[in-house]
Amino acid sequence: MAATHGGYYLPHGSHWPITGSIALFTLAVGTASYFQGAGWGPWLMLIGFAILIFMMFGWLGTVIGESVAGSYNEQVDRSFRWGMSWFIFSEVMFFGAFFGALYYARIFSVPWLGGADVETSQLLWDGLSLNWPTAGPGYADFEFEYMPAWPIPTINTILLLSSGVTITIAHHALKAADRTKLVQYMWATVALGATFLMFQAYEFYEAWHHMNLTLHTGVYGSTFFMLTGFHGFHVTIGTIMLIVITLRCMKGHFTPENHFGFEGVAWYWHFVDVVWLGLYIFVYVLV
Amino acid sequence: MSAVDHAEAHHHDGPEPGLLRWVFTTNHKDIGTLYLLFSLLMFFVGGAMALIIRAELFQPGMQLVDPYFFNEMTTLHGLVMIFGAIMPGFVGLANWQVPMMLGAPDMALPRLNNWSFWLLPFAFTLLLSTLFMPGGGPAGGWTMYPPLMLETGQAFPFVIFAVHLMGMSSILGAINIIATIFNMRAPGLTLMMMPMFVWTWLITAFLLIAAMPVLAGAVTMLLTDQYFGTHFFNAAGGGDPVMYQHIFWFFGHPEVYIMILPAFGIISQIIPTFARKPLFGYASMVYATASIAFLSFIVWAHHMFTVGMPLAGELFFMYATMLIAVPTGVKVFNWVATMWQGAMTFETPMLFALAFVILFSIGGFSGLMLAIASVDFQYQDGYFVVAHFHYVLVTGAAFAIIAAAYYWLPKWTGNMYDEQLGKLHFWLSLVSVNVLYFPQHFVGLAGMPRRIPDYAVQFTEWNMVSTVGAFVFGFSQLIFAWIVIKAIRGGVKAEGRSWEGAHGMEWELPSPAPYHSFQTPPDISKVMASGDAHS
Repeated sequence: MAATHGGYYLPHGSHWPITGSIALFTLAVGTASYFQGAGWGPWLMLIGFAILIFMMFGWLGTVIGESVAGSYNEQVDRSFRWGMSWFIFSEVMFFGAFFGALYYARIFSVPWLGGADVETSQLLWDGLSLNWPTAGPGYADFEFEYMPAWPIPTINTILLLSSGVTITIAHHALKAADRTKLVQYMWATVALGATFLMFQAYEFYEAWHHMNLTLHTGVYGSTFFMLTGFHGFHVTIGTIMLIVITLRCMKGHFTPENHFGFEGVAWYWHFVDVVWLGLYIFVYVLV
Repeated sequence: MSAVDHAEAHHHDGPEPGLLRWVFTTNHKDIGTLYLLFSLLMFFVGGAMALIIRAELFQPGMQLVDPYFFNEMTTLHGLVMIFGAIMPGFVGLANWQVPMMLGAPDMALPRLNNWSFWLLPFAFTLLLSTLFMPGGGPAGGWTMYPPLMLETGQAFPFVIFAVHLMGMSSILGAINIIATIFNMRAPGLTLMMMPMFVWTWLITAFLLIAAMPVLAGAVTMLLTDQYFGTHFFNAAGGGDPVMYQHIFWFFGHPEVYIMILPAFGIISQIIPTFARKPLFGYASMVYATASIAFLSFIVWAHHMFTVGMPLAGELFFMYATMLIAVPTGVKVFNWVATMWQGAMTFETPMLFALAFVILFSIGGFSGLMLAIASVDFQYQDGYFVVAHFHYVLVTGAAFAIIAAAYYWLPKWTGNMYDEQLGKLHFWLSLVSVNVLYFPQHFVGLAGMPRRIPDYAVQFTEWNMVSTVGAFVFGFSQLIFAWIVIKAIRGGVKAEGRSWEGAHGMEWELPSPAPYHSFQTPPDISKVMASGDAHS
């Protein structure tokens, strides 16, 4: 099949996109109503979420079916690659907003409130000195502990970095057509990801219940939980993707030459890894 | 399951029957049409809101609406026009034109393309439904600054989620456009041979992917500040409301260029056609566009000169902003040089393009005035700012979309539009739009604040003039809608090359263009021989 000159891949109409829109609309209405106190909100959220899952199974299932049937040429493969790369870039920018909030709070707002800006500190909170991490000038006598880089975050760093190694070994095994090794290292990657999540959940539990570090703990608690929380959410998605792709590896969906589904997930996993390194340095080590 | 090989693809080269085709379609022309019609609808919805604002401002004192409703109108007018009219308008044009201009059959990711569009009606249902909720719709301005935005009633989370959906739509659309441009070009069509419209959209798509997620982050922080006790924008917790403005405008300024770069591309297509000369300075146009895109990320705080910033920040953002005048000037000079000694004719698309060059430049100059930090203290939050960005967005972005519609309607429908009605639409629009916005410079410099339903009596005359202009401009656009409907229904048959001076791959196709533009890659060398591919 000539890839570029022979003809193009053109899919038929699809009902999956509109299903996805209905799912997100239902989810949005449900969540917004729940936030405004509607008792039925969570039920609507659940329905929206269920439709979303249904859509993802259906849409991705269609794509996998077409891929396994050999419908895609090299050009489609490249389109998927561009699509996934730029999607990951958009995710990087999403995290960028929260990193930006962290830097702004640490470099500008907290020092200004704590005396660097004379007018603000004298007119609002005279004589108060603030140091990061802080719950803010309005909660000066609020007691909390900050989350140190040792032990859990460091262990988690090692776990995620190791998972980056195992998925690379798995990729090499895939290219060498060694399915046993591929599947073994994929499950190892899944296990590392899952262990990371368990540690992260434990850390959140400790923070919330024993360290008085919650979302309400001023701008430190806000940035801490939003950054690590969104990252944890992405690790969860990534782990689910790893499990799906591992099952596909076991089914023999991928060939040494043709395995973009695998690579897309691997890219995503590395992205999650890199974001974590940023978190480890700026949220934990340089606290 | 899928039409892969060439032979099979030929079996499906027409649209599916029935109305559901529009819901399930993966065809770039269908989706482009949906985007453009949605944009037109939102143009009238947002326009109606603008007329309510102008009607209230016809005289000082309160006459038609209560102040809260006035604030809802200013807020929703902004959101609807930006996210509902201008952006989908440009995406619709990209959907129609980019595959044709690249010699491709369709967009790179057709199913994703469908989703990009079909998120929008749901997003705007959410947004506009807030008008009917207890406590009313959002009224804190389209920029949604805290703490005011957090005072919104029931509508608050609905607005946030609507913005999330709009952002998602834009990001998915942009990903698709980048993938199409990088991957679907006909063999031999290099990047530096691409038409300027494609170039500007490539750079715009990059801006969208970089900026929209930041907006998503900003409104997510609003949401958690409201419902989960975070303190991002609350000084008591060590946060800062100004932080929101920094994050928002980090999105917001690139957003401004998202709404103008494709317009630059359109003008760079139209002027060479009707001047019958290749575009002057093609390479410099590409570099100027890229420079503007780069600069757009380091000028955001010029929207915040008066909120409080270190002096070094004021100076940096002032100088960086003024720097944008250089690549923009390159563009304007190139358009003028393209026309120099050209054999010009003045059909409706060219008229709108010429109006764009002059009126957008006026908006650019008032932008330079606003860029000077020290004098911005006088202009800020006044009608001078309103006049500035409406010259850029109405006589800039909207005029470009209208020009593009006239330019490509023959290609889309196979029929020539009614030229006389087109000229009527143009002259009515040109005069009324200046009657509408030019006086706003005067009242703005004299100190009239924006987003306030009442004003001091000395501003009355110019506000009356402005309101008259607004109503004439608004109702003139009904002529445009009629011209479009008329061209869809019939008219003088258009040739493949609908304009004598038109070059580029879309004009190699018959009019109307076949459902799948190029089922096999065209021979680019032939197109190049028939004229400059990118002129």
